[in-house]
Amino acid sequence: MSKTRSITVALVGNPNTGKTSLFNQLTGLNQKVGNYPGITVDKKQGVCELSSNLNASIIDLPGTYSINPTSLDENIVYENLVDDQNPDFPDVVVVVAEVENLKRNLFLFTQVKDLGIPTVLAINMSDQMSRKGIKIDIKALEVALKTKVVLVSARKKIGITELKEVLRNYQDLNTKSVADVSERIHGYFFKRIQEALPHFSTYKSWLLISQEKDSSFITSEEQEKVDFFKAKFEKIKKFQHKEAIYRYQVIHEILKNTYSVNRTEGTDLRGKLDRILTHKIFGYVIFALILIVIFQSIFAWASIPMEWIDTGFARLADFAKAQLPHGKFTDLIIEGVIPGIGGIVIFVPQIAILFMFVAILEETGYMSRVVFLMDKIMRRFGMSGKSVIPLVSGTACAIPAIMSSRNIESWRERLITILVVPFTTCSARIPVYTILIALIIPDKHYLGIFNLQGLTLLALYFLGFFAAISSAFLLHKTLKIKNTSFFVIELPNYKIPSPKNIGITVVEKTKAFVFGAGKIILAISIVLWFLASYGGKDFKNATEIVKSQTASLELSEIELSQEIATYQLEHSYIGKLGKTIEPAIEPLGYDWKIGIALLSSFAAREVFVGTLATIYSVADEGENTATIKERMRSEVNPITGGKRFTFASGMSLLLFYAFAMQCMGTLAIVKRETNSWKWPILQLVGMTGLAYVFGLIAFQFLK
Amino acid sequence: MLETIAQLQIGEKGIICDVSLDKIPLKLLEMGCLPGKEVELLQKAPLEDPLYIRVNGSHLAIRVETASQIAISKI
Repeated sequence: MSKTRSITVALVGNPNTGKTSLFNQLTGLNQKVGNYPGITVDKKQGVCELSSNLNASIIDLPGTYSINPTSLDENIVYENLVDDQNPDFPDVVVVVAEVENLKRNLFLFTQVKDLGIPTVLAINMSDQMSRKGIKIDIKALEVALKTKVVLVSARKKIGITELKEVLRNYQDLNTKSVADVSERIHGYFFKRIQEALPHFSTYKSWLLISQEKDSSFITSEEQEKVDFFKAKFEKIKKFQHKEAIYRYQVIHEILKNTYSVNRTEGTDLRGKLDRILTHKIFGYVIFALILIVIFQSIFAWASIPMEWIDTGFARLADFAKAQLPHGKFTDLIIEGVIPGIGGIVIFVPQIAILFMFVAILEETGYMSRVVFLMDKIMRRFGMSGKSVIPLVSGTACAIPAIMSSRNIESWRERLITILVVPFTTCSARIPVYTILIALIIPDKHYLGIFNLQGLTLLALYFLGFFAAISSAFLLHKTLKIKNTSFFVIELPNYKIPSPKNIGITVVEKTKAFVFGAGKIILAISIVLWFLASYGGKDFKNATEIVKSQTASLELSEIELSQEIATYQLEHSYIGKLGKTIEPAIEPLGYDWKIGIALLSSFAAREVFVGTLATIYSVADEGENTATIKERMRSEVNPITGGKRFTFASGMSLLLFYAFAMQCMGTLAIVKRETNSWKWPILQLVGMTGLAYVFGLIAFQFLK
Repeated sequence: MLETIAQLQIGEKGIICDVSLDKIPLKLLEMGCLPGKEVELLQKAPLEDPLYIRVNGSHLAIRVETASQIAISKI
């Protein structure tokens, strides 16, 4: 039996070339999304069987126009291709190009080829060639580019077998350069580079030298030599300019003989759509309508499966209670684990729908029109048109949203975006909002379609957006960082989104989110359960103490056990913790139980519901496991004798959750993206302070 | 007098004469915004900025401040 070998294949290409479609075709659902060590850009990797004894581990690198990185995402491409000691350094690179703009795509191709890595050119969307009157002489192109060229159509599954065949025989590929820059730019300079760093290829050394930032993967001795050349700053800029011109000259010569376009009067769909979608008035109207449709569907569609999940988990707990033997472990499962997991699964429908819409808007090419439309307006708030994407994705989750700010070129605009994104209403707030709204806002309808609860939720979304915009404006006026801004965005062709790509994106992102947040929530639920189920002396002797206290009241069996449970919770470790902070939150209308939920929410907001579920179910000794909502509704404020969740305390909580920075994941990401503790601490203190003030005002005025 | 991309009217075309890496990003050069290339102004954003241009077969949006650094001669 022969052993199966595995090679590493990197997919590289311009944005919008259908690289990810090709990746999906090659790997199917056989992929995993991980993180690059040290940074949290998605690392998409999948396995593809090339032959019975050869597998390819395929890496989908972020889209880029050049090896010279201008963003953290593009830096991954640079590090993967230039550092041959990188664990993901490819055995062969597939440069994915798009048939219509081959010229620009070949720029990146010639760079990769110059690094001496076996490189294949895959020309995607080849099914559109005849419609667009494009003819390519593949044989001649292969000769000119000194490698194999494969015509593919990832969407129509054309050319995949041929590509696999080429990858199987990657060792036969020519690794010679097609646009050797060293001779053409400055022979002497490049000769000296070669002499100083003899064990690197000349082009690799040139890339190391021409980067503004230092490359992390070379030794300090090598860095010293690189620095010597780097000092000739003026010269390097000039040479980079020359390099770009030279590469396009070579590409022009090659394509002159191999590529032809017969421009017939095609329907100018792009032009027509652009005129409508970026129109002075209609452009904004359409964008607003799209946002309304998105939010409407999140609430209309998601509420049904959410209801199922909520009651489903309550039933599961009942079932477990009936089936499992009595004991501490069963209690942990029923009171800690099940409500904890239920607390996160419940908002999968909403996240999935949001991710789906964001993916569709990006795939169709509409998102870049929004960027174009919004840039000038966003600049008044110190941000960029590209900040719209993080602000919209922030309604799903701030973590991927902050990561998506990486393509903002100006550091100042990017920083402001990162700082204000957590104000947008993320899906983790949805379960908190939904449950509080259901408790304090009447379920009334106006004019047949407007539901008061829905309108409240919408108002909270606007509040989050308004908070983001106004704090951005404040930061814009106060931050003393010089703005070295430039802004380039490609407006790609409109495309019909591929259901397969959308499906995979939604599944992968939702999965990553649920498991990421799920781990924290599960851990916290278990810790909480322990803290709530154990305590000091009073806790242990609860039965005797309660019995003696209530001896004169003639309580029934059930009433007595409820009294005991409540007493126990109050004297458990968590009860003591909640009591300690109670004085600080009492002016906002919260008791120690809510205090515990607030504390645990600093890990992640959605823990609020799970925590209350855990706390109340520990105290709940009734026959049936009620849903969380029912439990909260029946909670009594012992001082007033009325409900705990009144309009005033509910509003105060809603506002607190709208403003507070309660997400360790976001803080960690901000620390990583800004490379400093200063900004996450500013967010934590500033946002939570604001939350406290608003909560206080709301409760004091409404009570 | 040399003109810049910022002075084009919608639908007008020009040939790029001069770009300097001191003023505009390398990324634009790498996308093909180079001397001798034809550039067309397709559209302006509602507030007159950014500009939507076609150059070297790419459709790009750039801000006026960048566009005013790229010298062209109108055709």
